[in-house]
Amino acid sequence: MTQLKEESARGRVIVITSGKGGVGKTTSAAAISAAIAKRGHKVVVIDFDVGLRNLDMIMGCERRVVFDFINVVQGDARLSQALIKDKRVETLSILPTSQTRDKDALTNEGVEKVLEELRDEFDYIICDSPAGIERGAQMAMYYADEAVVVTNPEVSSVRDSDRVLGLLASKTRRAEKGETPVKSQVLLTRHDQGRIDRGEMMTVEDVLELLAVPLLGIVPESPAVLRASNVGMPVVLDETPSSAAAAYEDAVARLLGEDVPMRIGTDKRPGLLGRFFGRSA
Amino acid sequence: MSLFGFSLKPRRPKSAQMAKDRLQILLAHERGKGSTEPDYLPAMQNDILAVIRKYMKIEDNDVDIRMESKDDISSLEINIELPTHKSDAAGAKSGPKSAAR
Ligand SMILES: Nc1ncnc2c1ncn2[C@@H]1O[C@H](COP(=O)(O)OP(=O)(O)O)[C@@H](O)[C@H]1O
Ligand SMILES: [Mg+2]
Repeated sequence: MTQLKEESARGRVIVITSGKGGVGKTTSAAAISAAIAKRGHKVVVIDFDVGLRNLDMIMGCERRVVFDFINVVQGDARLSQALIKDKRVETLSILPTSQTRDKDALTNEGVEKVLEELRDEFDYIICDSPAGIERGAQMAMYYADEAVVVTNPEVSSVRDSDRVLGLLASKTRRAEKGETPVKSQVLLTRHDQGRIDRGEMMTVEDVLELLAVPLLGIVPESPAVLRASNVGMPVVLDETPSSAAAAYEDAVARLLGEDVPMRIGTDKRPGLLGRFFGRSA
Repeated sequence: MSLFGFSLKPRRPKSAQMAKDRLQILLAHERGKGSTEPDYLPAMQNDILAVIRKYMKIEDNDVDIRMESKDDISSLEINIELPTHKSDAAGAKSGPKSAAR
């Protein structure tokens, strides 16, 4: 048997998952992909949320979708026809999903074939998981080498993250084959220091103690995220610096093995007077 | 909108207007096409292949279909790579690569 590309030279599959919806998976998938690609690595970000396509809007390529992931899985289109090259970052591509099909359109074998093809061409394959812990979410995590579990400091999100961590440890190809387990890390998002100070929100330490997995980063609640989604731009590509973008850059540095100290950023807000008389931005 | 021609509310941030514009275009497109929208493309691709094959020998990989949307115009670009061997390309006048729009 001919040795294929060395394990290390083939693309790494990283799933962005959470269980709970609306915690920031798609935002994070877009930001993480763009931040890795900015460093010169070849990155593809795949939308696994079949029937609820949104990654294309967040990436700003919604009007360029012709063929999608499902068409490729089902053999109706070639991968090269469905991949959309980002116009801002040369090494970044998007594989959109179908807006109209149901989750059953994906099959394990079909997904595996596409991922294997992508592993040859890209350094990082980022999978944006649908919410839930059902088939769609399990499909998105099944072939993962690593997982970013997006969690908000809030009871239902932490509970769902715990469920997902359990699935990552048991219902993935690595688990079933008895290989090195999926490397799972928590990305804490929508972190609100004000609410933590008032005792309304659990602290980072609280969440980590509960979930007992390493922390990849802390992304503050930031108006920059909504602004970026409005214009179809991953937050790390926005020219205006923001706490969220800085946090995603830090998280990506850690994901790539750099030792970056953990910090909790804030957006500089105008003081009280500034808020009364300042700009409306 | 205001009765007095001006509004006390802060000026609408630009990005919100962009969000609305993008959604208006996308939703009109998605609703218009109904729920079967993307499905005709693979079939269309096969039909195009079949028609071309009546006249010349081409591989599946020689046809490439892309869509680009800018402002009010959507264009469908079909690139067909034609074989260079004379024997295969009966009567084709185009060069090795020709684009139909
Ligand atoms: N750090 C953040 N600050 C402010 N809003 C955020 C942040 N992260 C996500 N959001 C908002 O939360 C909502 C859900 O985010 P999304 O990424 O779509 O979540 P998911 O993919 O997990 O459903 C969106 O409206 C998004 O703009
Ligand atoms: Mg999402």
